[in-house]
Amino acid sequence: MSTAEPREIHLTIPVAPEMEIAATAQVAALGEWMELGRDKIDEVKMAVVEACINAFEHSGTLDHKVELKFRVASESGADGGRTFLEVDVLDNGHGFDPSRVTAPQIGEKLRAPHKRGWGLRIIRSLMDDVRIVSGERGTMIVMRKYR
Amino acid sequence: MSETLKVTLEKPDGAVAILRTDGYINNTGGEEIARQAYALLGEGTVRLLLDLEKTKIVNSIGISILIEVLEKVLDQGGRLAFCHLTPTIEKTFQIMGLAQYARIFPTPEPALSWLRGEAE
Repeated sequence: MSTAEPREIHLTIPVAPEMEIAATAQVAALGEWMELGRDKIDEVKMAVVEACINAFEHSGTLDHKVELKFRVASESGADGGRTFLEVDVLDNGHGFDPSRVTAPQIGEKLRAPHKRGWGLRIIRSLMDDVRIVSGERGTMIVMRKYR
Repeated sequence: MSETLKVTLEKPDGAVAILRTDGYINNTGGEEIARQAYALLGEGTVRLLLDLEKTKIVNSIGISILIEVLEKVLDQGGRLAFCHLTPTIEKTFQIMGLAQYARIFPTPEPALSWLRGEAE
């Protein structure tokens, strides 16, 4: 691929079981096209799955849909810039305050009745850059992985 | 587009059991693993190997159910091991700290040795 050739895909999925897997197909297609590498593609797929199921379960989205945008582009720079795959996951739910999400600890989770709450930690650990914009009109998670 | 998880059981001896997964470990996949694991615990088999060779993707709901299984295994004085993880699944387990309480091996053989107490 040419680093000067951006490529973008838009996808809307319903809030329904396993629709997150449909979203990962776009990651595979764009990731292979931009020669991202197998392990990095799998990491983006995992992050997309987590962002989707977070939206499915916690957003309270009014239209029962989640919108995704997949974009391959390059940063401008003297060395030609770094190429990246960026995925935006948007819902129109009630939003949340990311600063109030506590980091889960395995030792505590082993003894706690509620063992979930790992999604944001996984996303932040697997992706190179993560931004979360959330308010009363919904949430957008922007996740970037560099080649 | 069903990604229903299949779980097959092998008991190479009375001490350990191997659960081999094939498919997506999500909520329903995790529940199927838990169902079979709890049956094994109920009959006294407390050293379990989860072989994920045919699982290429998991989600945090499925892994949370695996944490429940791990809790019950440890409560009964057992051991839990994983093998054949993809690099991303292994990285995710490391991120979550699962490797502090369960062991991760590349293949079944060293995992079974550890489960049997033949190697630490």
